[in-house]
Amino acid sequence: MTEHTLVGAVNLSLAKALEEDETVILFGEDIGVDGGVFRATDGLVDRFGKDRVLDTPLAEGVLAGMSVGLAAEGFRPVPEIQFMGFIYPALEQMISHASRLRNRTRGRLTCPMVLRAPYGGGIHAPEHHSESTEAMFAHIPGLRVVIPSSPRRAYGLLLSAIRDPDPVVFLEPKRIYRAVREDFEDDGEGMPLDSCFIQREGTDITLVSWGAMMHETLAAADQLAEHGTRAEVIDVATLRPLDMDTILASVEKTGRCVIVHEAVRSNGVGAEIAARIGEDGLLSLLAPVGRVGGYDTIMPLARLEGRYMPSTERVVSAARRALEFE
Amino acid sequence: MTKIVATFEVSYTQILNKSGKLTGPLPAFAQDPEKLIELYRAMVLSRAFDAKAVSLHRTGRLGTFPSAVGQEAVCVGTASAMQETDVFLPSFREHGAQLIRGVTLVEQLLYWGGDERGSDFSGPKKDFPMAVPVGTHAPHAAGVALAMKLRGEERAAVCLMGDGATSRGDVYESWNMAGVWSLPVVYVINNNQWAISLPRSAQSAAETLAQKAIAAGFPGEQVDGNDVIAVYDVVDKALKKARSGGGAHLIEAVTYRLSDHTTADDASRYRSDEEVSARWSEEPISRMRTYLTESSAWKKEDEESLLAECAKTIEAAVEEYLATKPLPPESMFDYLYAELPAAYAAQRAAAVAASDENGDD
Repeated sequence: MTEHTLVGAVNLSLAKALEEDETVILFGEDIGVDGGVFRATDGLVDRFGKDRVLDTPLAEGVLAGMSVGLAAEGFRPVPEIQFMGFIYPALEQMISHASRLRNRTRGRLTCPMVLRAPYGGGIHAPEHHSESTEAMFAHIPGLRVVIPSSPRRAYGLLLSAIRDPDPVVFLEPKRIYRAVREDFEDDGEGMPLDSCFIQREGTDITLVSWGAMMHETLAAADQLAEHGTRAEVIDVATLRPLDMDTILASVEKTGRCVIVHEAVRSNGVGAEIAARIGEDGLLSLLAPVGRVGGYDTIMPLARLEGRYMPSTERVVSAARRALEFE
Repeated sequence: MTKIVATFEVSYTQILNKSGKLTGPLPAFAQDPEKLIELYRAMVLSRAFDAKAVSLHRTGRLGTFPSAVGQEAVCVGTASAMQETDVFLPSFREHGAQLIRGVTLVEQLLYWGGDERGSDFSGPKKDFPMAVPVGTHAPHAAGVALAMKLRGEERAAVCLMGDGATSRGDVYESWNMAGVWSLPVVYVINNNQWAISLPRSAQSAAETLAQKAIAAGFPGEQVDGNDVIAVYDVVDKALKKARSGGGAHLIEAVTYRLSDHTTADDASRYRSDEEVSARWSEEPISRMRTYLTESSAWKKEDEESLLAECAKTIEAAVEEYLATKPLPPESMFDYLYAELPAAYAAQRAAAVAASDENGDD
């Protein structure tokens, strides 16, 4: 076994995908000789050549659009967007074409592609480099939106995303690209899409999160445990389609739920999860569903970033409110 | 010191003028009158279908439809020059080209009648469905062409778009890619002078739209878009070059939209009848008929039997289209993903149940 960082796991996963399937090709800005600005594709052009790992001109929209063409012709393109803040030109292609190609041609043409992008704050990056706008993609039928929270999950979920016959938006929490290391084999084992992972079992409250915020959420669960509260912690992992069965089963057990995400609080994926618990799990609830998110503000520049990001303390206090509700 | 570091030229090709007279030598393919008759017949069928589609819309049996009257030569010339293994990526005014590609009249009626099966082509399996968001298919064509190039195939992509599309960023981005990677793709602009209400003169200050390719590092040229022989010839040459590794090409076919933008449009709000009437003298079908008749390849009886044949073909397609029952509601779910994710099961069941309650088909 070897220890891997999350970005290292992405690299390993991409290499495995390139190795096992000759239709997989990577392209993006600075992903070749430079290995990507975060080094996610480090060394891959040397191993697999310039026809499999392509450095492209600077144009995000056309990367997504060309992927649609490549996919329709039998390739499995994996374009990289350098930062999520630059993903918006690709939105039109993902919404108007990638997500719809199978449906509008009754399966005649399909779009197996994975649009990868690092996302989220916490690394004191420049303006436009720190947002979490996963809800925009999670709103779109026909797409899958997948976010790993650990190196092992990054490896397995990315492999499954690349093997999937439909388009996937794969968002990598860059704050934890190198924050944690995990032991696992480079064994080519994928992990299930469309399923939440129960990260820690508990009986008193359900904490739901994804991406980098899993770490604050788990830290909050640790603090709660010090006071005898056993929190169940769920990593959503796939935001669309959303595995509500796992979340509802947990809430049925605990009766209390707090959803934690870095994205702005309103109109986000947390709101969807809370609404679904209200629709299908109301009678299990012993307290209102709580949400901890970023504020409904523009993501601040680096100096105030720490004030914006949901902290372990905010998660703990939301959990306490739910636990103390009568 | 100042010196000239780049210069460019844009050619314009015409072989058959608006009076049906040759203005240049006939290319080899056009030496065969049968080939010219084939092109002529396709243009006539396209226009007859156009008229039928508009009348179906007017009588509430078809949705909004974009007529292509006057632009038949662009579609027919372009698609006729393609090989079966090439890939066609149309905008939404290319039924004349799609017919030649093997997209059936029934499929086209189904699409404009609001049925997804209209894009499940029984003929050209790799051709793209129509791109409604203007110009968004330009990157698809670059992607298709990249796939062909990476596999070393002798195929090419053909992307047809209107003059308005050339103002869009994704079109420029695609041309940039096509140039820098020398992709086997031919972009054809159907410059019909009007992007709904915006005239060509207000769309771009560039002297020609063709020259925009030159900035992307590959050739652009103009052709008389009402001359099907010339359109076929320039597309044929561009495709042969693209398939043999010569890279991308842009063709601006200069024509005129004689119809409204769509059945939902009223062009009299933004252009005069005089302007449109004057343009009728340039349209592609009558000049070709004049040429064929004068060269004794086409007779009055041929014309009569062609029109009768077109009417019959179209009538049969309309009957089949009108007899096609709508898809069941669960079909909304059945092609969303390769396999419907479990999370969708409840909504699918609800759609089926709601339809059963309403006694729908």
